[in-house]
Amino acid sequence: MPLRRGEATASRSRPDGLPRLLPAGPGEPDGLREHLARHGFIPYRNAPLQLAGDLQAAGLTGRGGAAFPVYRKLEAVAGAGGRAFVVANGAESEPAASKDASLLWLAPHLVLDGLQLAAEAVGAQEACLYVHNTRGEQFTAALRRALSDRWSARIDRVPVQLAEAPARFLAGQETAMVNLLNGGLALPTFTPPRVFERGVNGAPTLVQNVETLAHIALIARYGAGWFRQVGTHAEPGSMLSTIHHADGTVRIVEAAIGTPLRSLLGADLGTDGTDGPAQAVLAGGYHGTWLAASRAAGLTLDNAALTRAGASIGAGVLVALPASHCGLAETARVARYLALESAGQCGPCLNGLPRIADGLATLAGPRPSPQVRANIERWAGLVTGRGACSHPDGSMRFVRSALDVFAAELRQHERGVCSASARRPFLPLPAGAAVSEEDWS
Amino acid sequence: MEKQLTGKQLRVNPIECSGHGACAELLPEMISLDEWGYPLIDPRPVPPALERQARRAVSGCPVLALQLNRRR
Repeated sequence: MPLRRGEATASRSRPDGLPRLLPAGPGEPDGLREHLARHGFIPYRNAPLQLAGDLQAAGLTGRGGAAFPVYRKLEAVAGAGGRAFVVANGAESEPAASKDASLLWLAPHLVLDGLQLAAEAVGAQEACLYVHNTRGEQFTAALRRALSDRWSARIDRVPVQLAEAPARFLAGQETAMVNLLNGGLALPTFTPPRVFERGVNGAPTLVQNVETLAHIALIARYGAGWFRQVGTHAEPGSMLSTIHHADGTVRIVEAAIGTPLRSLLGADLGTDGTDGPAQAVLAGGYHGTWLAASRAAGLTLDNAALTRAGASIGAGVLVALPASHCGLAETARVARYLALESAGQCGPCLNGLPRIADGLATLAGPRPSPQVRANIERWAGLVTGRGACSHPDGSMRFVRSALDVFAAELRQHERGVCSASARRPFLPLPAGAAVSEEDWS
Repeated sequence: MEKQLTGKQLRVNPIECSGHGACAELLPEMISLDEWGYPLIDPRPVPPALERQARRAVSGCPVLALQLNRRR
């Protein structure tokens, strides 16, 4: 693609307000020309680790789920010794999440700018963009095109390979990803070594979520002070969320961290004094936490507030479950999916998750015996903290919160009554995933 | 308190572990088995009096899944 330098390097005014990451309004994805017109040329620092100071001042944390301070990861990789490798992790495995795929589709060059800046910061000479192979040929073709446009325009200094993740829930987990990139299967490995010590090709490896990289590209241009104009003091900036409304519509929203859930979920949680159509909100995805709608209505979208309620931002998913659906049946379906997505490598997860899923299917049916719930709770205790990866812990967070939030529904089931009126499942699962349908309602 | 900070800790690699149960036989003071035969390990530091026995449990694991590490 021909590029006029003057056009590319002209100074841009700082964008105020939101959205920052996604092009405002509906429209075509940003090609390289639109990206350069919007944000200008990539601001290389020409010195390793200079960026880390800005990211520390900005208070940027990872947007892939763990919310770890980004500058500390950069320092760990840069300090590990040896040539580093950088991965942009776009393998968004949560079935209810699509914010990373939307970002890669609409603003790929922002992510790829961030990838180059991160590579420069840790002194990496190689990088990779890791995405699921389930998003369609058009999606990967667009990313290949973006990469080749940047290489032809001599924007990228470090070559970037596109790597495709298999359609498995755990393929986006960082040790599984490193295992795959090293020629193995996309299965989690035991740590240590952590990937920042020894990852792709044995090199210290920086893994950042694609949204995190897009924020890096903006902070490098507009500064830490600009980044902190929105968000809370402890958790600055904005974040992308995938929001599933009670009427079945799905939106990708960029909101300031700390935004009230009530304003994100709109009428789902009701307006002053009246209940909305949602009975509960799932925060964080299928490794996340159910919250009663009344509880969610008083919370804000930040980890400080969500942690107090036993939840977290996680994968940036919010699902408003309508009262017409049975929370236990929904949880049982997803628990079955999570059990099938266990890598089956660790005994407690391999043995526990299917039993727990079966137990939940029983609770979702009529007149379950009290022993079933007791078994689920005992098994949940046995699998938590005993896997090589976070799959058992995340799955149990989801299951335990369901037993808590849907306790009243469970009492109904024990009497042989289910309050649901809808028969079609609400929570999304990947097409072709083997799940048992709970049709009793 | 000083002892606690310098003590060693048992840890199992859950991927390697295949539930032989040898560790629980060799170190019942600190390891029991769950209902599927996988080890439940006392997370506290290994008391010096049990360190030799702990080492024996580590070397007695048929798949070398048990580790005795300095506390991280």
